Amino acid sequence: MRVGQNPPLVPNPWFLMQSAIELRARDLSVRRGERYLFEGLDLELGPHQLGLVVGANGSGKTTLLRVLAGLGAATSGLVTWRGSAPDRLALEQRGEIAYRGHLDGLKKDLTVLENLRFHAAIWGMRTDLDALMNALGLNGVANVRVRHLSAGQQRRASLATLKLCAAKLWILDEPTTNLDSDGRETIVGWIGAHLGRGGTAVVATHQPDELKQRGVVLVEL
Amino acid sequence: MAPFVTIVLRDLRIAVRRWSEAANPLLFFVIVTTLFPLALSPSADEMREVGAGVLWVSALLSSLLALEGLFRSDADDGSLEQLMLSPVPLGVTVLAKIAAHWLITILPLFALVPVLALSYSMPITALPTMFCALLLATPTLSVLVALGAALTVGLHRGGAIVGLLVLPLTAPLLIFGTRATDLGLHDEPTAGPLYLLAALAAFTLALGPVAIAAALRVGIE
Repeated sequence: MRVGQNPPLVPNPWFLMQSAIELRARDLSVRRGERYLFEGLDLELGPHQLGLVVGANGSGKTTLLRVLAGLGAATSGLVTWRGSAPDRLALEQRGEIAYRGHLDGLKKDLTVLENLRFHAAIWGMRTDLDALMNALGLNGVANVRVRHLSAGQQRRASLATLKLCAAKLWILDEPTTNLDSDGRETIVGWIGAHLGRGGTAVVATHQPDELKQRGVVLVEL
Repeated sequence: MAPFVTIVLRDLRIAVRRWSEAANPLLFFVIVTTLFPLALSPSADEMREVGAGVLWVSALLSSLLALEGLFRSDADDGSLEQLMLSPVPLGVTVLAKIAAHWLITILPLFALVPVLALSYSMPITALPTMFCALLLATPTLSVLVALGAALTVGLHRGGAIVGLLVLPLTAPLLIFGTRATDLGLHDEPTAGPLYLLAALAAFTLALGPVAIAAALRVGIE
């Protein structure tokens, strides 16, 4: 396992760097049965920074991302997001972390529009849903139940909910799975825009070339 | 409050779209209560004596049937982890899920109980007490069922185990519920058992969501 760091996207003087680290993982280890998926992993990410997690199938990418999102527990080590453990965020910090994994988080018996409305209501966002569905080519299926969508369309609808939260940290597990080249371009653009706004992202991917840019922290599992 | 209503409405909408699933516990309740007279001697006096007990036990068992869908479907499609990461406190989410479960599986029982009570030749004067007792006991029942569902959300087949976990805990409800109904049948003061049911409801509704939220956090990993 190796963690390499390229220069950040935006020039960051060292004294700002010190305080600007928002996501911190220290000496993180996860054991499954007898085997360690990873051991002694350190990771520090600040605004505008993208952590790229690469590794073979079964190397622990998803496990790492779930631990960073506070959805899983590490065997040892510490994760903090802006000073608190991600599974015990203070009330005003709640909702700062978004996670999109293999499960799309949509109710199969509701339509695309109903699902998006639900997310927007829960996160208290007033986003223009029509424009959002247009951007992802979902406006034709707005009133179709998610159950009847193709895998790629379900993935698009799932990723659309990213725009319906005000999260500062995006944790994405292979976001481009099932997407066509057009959809991949949109998502890569969204990640770039999120970083540009001062957001932070951790992305697990098998196609790191799409996202390799300055400011990437590479985590090889 | 707004997220609470949003989650309840979402679950109600899904239940309407999957109404055949939602109707299962009700049909079970009707079938079990009509099977008893066939097995026992059909004299009106005896029916009246066992009626309250049969209705209460059938109501407890039928509520167990609906418990699979309480958290399992949300866990399977990833919407539970999205709700955990949302700004809504998990306790509020849990309470909303319990409220929706109560509205879907328990509220229709109130329409069936008078019909079935009459078929057990219980006097109409006993119905108000029966309704009061059900109204006070069923929130506790829903919380207990939700606790069982949350503890087994990580298992792929929880069905039988949940019954073993939850049914012993429902004993106080059964004791005080049938006691209140019996006292009502014989025109005696019913306040005692009703107060105890109300105390149980206050206790479980206050502390239950905290325990259920903790169980879900463990179960989702």
